[in-house]
Amino acid sequence: MPLPPIVASLTRHKLTAWLLVLQVSLTCAIVCNVAFMIVHRATQLHLPSGVAENELVSIESTDLDGSAPQLVRHDTDLAALRAITGVKSAAAVDALPFNLNDWSNGIALVQDGPARAAATAFNGTPGELATLGLHLVEGRDFLPAEYVPLDTAHDWAGIDRVPVTIITRALGNQLFPGQDPLGKSIYPDEKPVRIVGIVDHLIRPHTHDGDEGEYATLLPMLPDGNDVTYVLRTSPENRDRVLKEMPEVLNRVYGNRILRHAQTFTQLRADYFHRNRTMIGLLIMAAAGLLFVTALGIAGLASFWVQQRKRSIGIRRAVGATRHDILRYFQTENFLIVTTGIVLGSLLAYALNVLLMTHYEQPRLPVSYVAFSAVALWLLGQLAVLGPALRAAAVPPLVATRSA
Amino acid sequence: MLGYYFVLALYSLKRNRVMTALMILAIGLGIGASMTMITVLHVMSGDPLPGRSAQLFVPLIDPRPVSGIKPKDTTPDGNMTWPDAMYLLHAARADRQAAMAAGALPVRPTENALHPFFEFGHYVTADFFLMFGTPFHAGGGWTAQNDAERARVVVLNAELNRKLFGTAPSIGKTVRLKNTDFRVIGVLDDWRPQPTFYAQIDDRAFGRGDQFFLPLETAQELKLDFNGRMTCWGSGGDARTSDHCAWLQFWVQLDNPVNAYAYRHFLADYWHDQQAHGRFPRPVNPQLYGLLDWLTVQHVIPEDLRLQLWLALGFLFVCMVNIVGLLLAKFLRRTGEISVRRALGARRRDIFMQLGIESSVIGLAGGVLGLVIAELGLWSVRQRPDGYAQLAQMDMAMLLETFALAVVASLLAGLLPAWRACNVTPALQLKTQ
Repeated sequence: MPLPPIVASLTRHKLTAWLLVLQVSLTCAIVCNVAFMIVHRATQLHLPSGVAENELVSIESTDLDGSAPQLVRHDTDLAALRAITGVKSAAAVDALPFNLNDWSNGIALVQDGPARAAATAFNGTPGELATLGLHLVEGRDFLPAEYVPLDTAHDWAGIDRVPVTIITRALGNQLFPGQDPLGKSIYPDEKPVRIVGIVDHLIRPHTHDGDEGEYATLLPMLPDGNDVTYVLRTSPENRDRVLKEMPEVLNRVYGNRILRHAQTFTQLRADYFHRNRTMIGLLIMAAAGLLFVTALGIAGLASFWVQQRKRSIGIRRAVGATRHDILRYFQTENFLIVTTGIVLGSLLAYALNVLLMTHYEQPRLPVSYVAFSAVALWLLGQLAVLGPALRAAAVPPLVATRSA
Repeated sequence: MLGYYFVLALYSLKRNRVMTALMILAIGLGIGASMTMITVLHVMSGDPLPGRSAQLFVPLIDPRPVSGIKPKDTTPDGNMTWPDAMYLLHAARADRQAAMAAGALPVRPTENALHPFFEFGHYVTADFFLMFGTPFHAGGGWTAQNDAERARVVVLNAELNRKLFGTAPSIGKTVRLKNTDFRVIGVLDDWRPQPTFYAQIDDRAFGRGDQFFLPLETAQELKLDFNGRMTCWGSGGDARTSDHCAWLQFWVQLDNPVNAYAYRHFLADYWHDQQAHGRFPRPVNPQLYGLLDWLTVQHVIPEDLRLQLWLALGFLFVCMVNIVGLLLAKFLRRTGEISVRRALGARRRDIFMQLGIESSVIGLAGGVLGLVIAELGLWSVRQRPDGYAQLAQMDMAMLLETFALAVVASLLAGLLPAWRACNVTPALQLKTQ
């Protein structure tokens, strides 16, 4: 198909053609970035938390009478909770992935040194690792003798007494790049704490981008405040029943408390990401809407053009053009317009990406997204133009002999 | 004549029913999406304290060490340490000032059979109520004297008051919060500034608001749990009264620019003085943020919502380009008809009017559809479990704005094609046929 006649014909409709190019390029630019955002957010949605997600239920208990020793209260509660049928293990903790209860410490490598990373402290009773289902890849779990009270009443002073810690691999890589962190000491506060184990994954109570999201230390510190979270491991099918029994069991042990946030880990995660899901839905709707409107524009213009050129099509057919030639003509014309749009759109996409990078901390747009949108728009353009082009091909040569 | 053009427009639009419907749908979607987001952002960027916000400021003194973990995190959150807040409070150099922190406490009803429950509130100092002009339904706030005495007094907001005492007068009655009895000295008239500007700005900035207010020093003495971010640096524990843990908010009222100027100087002096004592290692740079500026700096409107607005506007723009292109093609196809009319004596103006009315019909229909879609969109926003969801209502001003946007958008979309089409040269067109 020779291009010059098509280009020549398009110059007769310069304004309209350029409007279509503009529309395609805007769509291309926005859809590229939107698709990137969708994927970015969908990845966050499926971040592995490191815990046995579909086996956990948790509940937060606040003792209204602070006078009783809380360590004893927690032990009694845990014993009662473990007795529920189907509960494999239970622990009292202060933080969980996605529960927003974040106590982060600046981790230094020497006393009073500069902090190399801010890491969340996950504190809990013996059995926390097994209950959460954390995967220990190096080292060992805590020994019973290593547990100390958190000392909530004195500004969490336990952090200066705790001897050992288990850290995540991400934190290990950040603090000791290229070395084995096992056996080394870190300074979350004033005193050294020795690393005795490494877990592969553990997401912090708030999500952060990249590796920072897993900067976490597990510390053998027993929660001793009025407020505590009990986390129970059970089997997926027993979760709902355990969830219902938990408050009854706890209230039977001791009634003067407020129980809140009884939920499965699946619910906790779903709640944490509800905004993200809304946003993903809106982004998908926006992209679909844009593509729809653009397809509409292409099809609409093509069908107007076909009607307008009925007579010239008839003449071309009369002097020997086949139906196929006519079809190809409109398809090529569309290809030209969409390609110009895509070229401009790719430039626009990167301009938009730069804007998003400065204002929304969006990473750089990978080329694959542009390529993908280009292919999508080509297909969309060809699909949209097919109907009008077929109608054009069906114009009989006889039309040439009629007056307009 | 206009009536005739209107009939002509309808006739022309009917000839391409599907195309017309799709054009109306496109413009309706664009306007609906944009109006939804404009409305949401409009209601969220309102002034939480009309009439007072211009005199309210957040003083910013930054006691943090120079080397933070995140060098990019340059906007301080405005939190103060206990010693700094207490110094500024007792120096009383502003027209009014108050220090505060958020708290969530178990409420234990004594008068009725309600089960204990958690409630959000604020620990504040005496000037809080006068400074923010909180409307009292009964009673009033407390004095600086009460602050110093660490009085067990509390001001309730309407909702909690109703829940605890029904409609009975509650002044002088007792509320048990955590383990302490507090005497009710004031009841607020459902005071819910949107956003809760005086607190740390977070996910809870919009919504129900605080239900109780009690003296900060009392809360500190009773070690009542506070709720929110606390940043500590250096070592020496995370004590709330230490000079290396920032967690308090501080607000001042400065009635005129002279006072504001003087207050900034006072802050600078304090900063210099603290440097002499080895604190405040950063270069002296005290700031005073006005209330509305402060909300902007703290990103009270979630970034996602802004992104949604831009997305909606981008979508509207693409829809407009689309309509312009389609109408242009449509009108240009009718050059024959237009040329005949021109040859028969129609002026350019007449043609322009005729085509203009045709595009306005599409625009108006799109606008009406857009309004329906915007209402649907706002309804869906109200289903979100966020605090701002309940604010997403269209008021009269927004309704008119939607209509104006629809009309302007459709006129813009219709003008260019109509103008191009009325400029055809009749002779040339007729000859080529």
